[in-house]
Amino acid sequence: MVSHSRPPSRLDVAWDRGFRFLTWFMAWATIALVLFIVYKVTESAFPALQRYGFSFMTTSHWDSNREKFGVLPEIWGTLYSSGLALLFATIFGVGVAIFVSEDFVAPAWRTLLKNVVELLAAIPSVVYGLWGIYVVIPLIRPMADWLHNNLGDFPLFGTPFAGPGMLPAAIVLAIMVLPTIAAVSRDALVNVPPRLREGAIGLGATRWEAIFKIVLPAASTGIFGAIVLGFGRALGETMALAMLVGNSGVISVSVLSPANTLSALLANHFPEAQGIEVGALMYAALVLMGITLLVNVIGELILWRASAGMKGAH
Amino acid sequence: MSTATQSETSAGETGAQQDVVIDAKIDELHYGKFKAVRDVHIPFTRNSITAFIGPSGCGKSSALRCLNRMNDLVRGFRLSGHVHFRGTDIYDPKVDPVAVRRHIGMVFQQPNPFAMSIYNNVAFGLRLNGFRGNMGEHVERALRHAALWDEVKDKLRASGLSLSGGQQQRLCIARAVATEPEVLLMDEPCSALDPIATLKIEELMRHLKESYTIAIVTHNLQQAKRVADKTGFLYVDTSEGGRTGYLVEYGHTDQLFTDPREEFTKQYIHGDVG
Ligand SMILES: Nc1ncnc2c1ncn2[C@@H]1O[C@H](COP(=O)(O)OP(=O)(O)O)[C@@H](O)[C@H]1O
Ligand SMILES: [Mg+2]
Repeated sequence: MVSHSRPPSRLDVAWDRGFRFLTWFMAWATIALVLFIVYKVTESAFPALQRYGFSFMTTSHWDSNREKFGVLPEIWGTLYSSGLALLFATIFGVGVAIFVSEDFVAPAWRTLLKNVVELLAAIPSVVYGLWGIYVVIPLIRPMADWLHNNLGDFPLFGTPFAGPGMLPAAIVLAIMVLPTIAAVSRDALVNVPPRLREGAIGLGATRWEAIFKIVLPAASTGIFGAIVLGFGRALGETMALAMLVGNSGVISVSVLSPANTLSALLANHFPEAQGIEVGALMYAALVLMGITLLVNVIGELILWRASAGMKGAH
Repeated sequence: MSTATQSETSAGETGAQQDVVIDAKIDELHYGKFKAVRDVHIPFTRNSITAFIGPSGCGKSSALRCLNRMNDLVRGFRLSGHVHFRGTDIYDPKVDPVAVRRHIGMVFQQPNPFAMSIYNNVAFGLRLNGFRGNMGEHVERALRHAALWDEVKDKLRASGLSLSGGQQQRLCIARAVATEPEVLLMDEPCSALDPIATLKIEELMRHLKESYTIAIVTHNLQQAKRVADKTGFLYVDTSEGGRTGYLVEYGHTDQLFTDPREEFTKQYIHGDVG
């Protein structure tokens, strides 16, 4: 027998070292880049930070002539549109995830549906914006008018439908985050051990009882992770929102009202900003990054606690 | 519930057949194009334990899962033959498989308690049935039946997953018997357990057969010898090019192990094949 093993040559060793250094370097470069961005944004925001302080986040004006800036409506609009979008996207996304993880239809159809939903993620944001303006707004107008005329006493429908505003923005945003939520939820559902489902079916549960009482709860951590990921995406989405949200700094619970978000504010005001307004915009960017970071950290914490709880149980 | 069925069954049948709770006749069992099992005809008699033995892959689980229509979950599954339970074929199109599974409970190879409290695990099946009686009492009874009560009575709110493997399997047995099914199917219930937990479950099975009719799959011949009243030996037929399991021999456990009729059986129980 001839042995085919040989010690690593010097070239192998050098290659190995070089490659290890390269990955090490790229990892640190990424971290440095993030820090650099945060540093630069903070630096540019500094004049505004000094001048407006905390009141920047609690006041509602954006007036470059009088140099008064506050982003409370934009914070509200960002959270409200993302929350609303997430509500729609979770209902649909988890529904799609259930459908493609169960065998209601032949595997080929499931794969097709899964791929089509994932394709939604490939459509550019600006296309969504155009589609929202020319398709979604005309489409929902009759329903929105009806809601206001008949249920206008509810604050949710308290203002007349203005066209661009919270509802069309949230609908389009929901479609944009749907692929994330559907894909991650599907993975969570597929990873539920089949024996749990079998246990429920074996006890005389119907398919839907097994799904709702056993499979979904078992996948709930992963589905929650999907929602957090989707929230992160929704918070930062810019182009479609700038086109659809109405760009009006009002705080209203009415979904028919125009509104504004932090990212849309940035996109719309940058071209003409100068002086202290640039600082104010940078400050707004910081607020947006802060919110996104906070959501992700809270999400991670909850996920971490949930998985720690699962491990403790074993 | 069970008394009513008993009189129903005995009214409908006569003589020696009276005690047959399930009469299973699997002519052919397919998964898609693959013929997994053929010619398994076994009657399951009341208050007895019937074991399926045979090498891995010979279709023991497949045959067992026919008895409560668990195989319906598998895409491409087809059965020709019948499974008579209380005089009706459970594969009759008019029969609801969900209802079948409420009368014919199942315990699986891997203990599979749900990620919920011990109490809720046992109450799960009762709740599915819309049970309105004294839940606490029923849960206790089921846990006593499964010989688990003394070990868990002080921690009913603890997660079912916090128990040891043997305890988890007894919890699954408690969960299955809580709804008072007539038949209990067990697919290698001890294969994931250590010897001591295994003996405990075997003792429990002997006790449970006073109230239930039990069908068990095991690859452990000693276990079949220890617990089963009747035993069926399945083997794989490769003659047609496929791998199709079939029933080689069925009879009283003592007879099958001491004086098998078939040469194959003799070889298998002496460890010459398989
Ligand atoms: N869900 C399934 N789909 C397709 N083939 C299966 C399925 N379950 C079992 N089989 C096949 O049927 C045969 C019998 O399997 P099984 O009943 O699990 O045997 P045993 O329990 O005796 O080990 C095997 O060849 C197995 O690969
Ligand atoms: Mg098996």
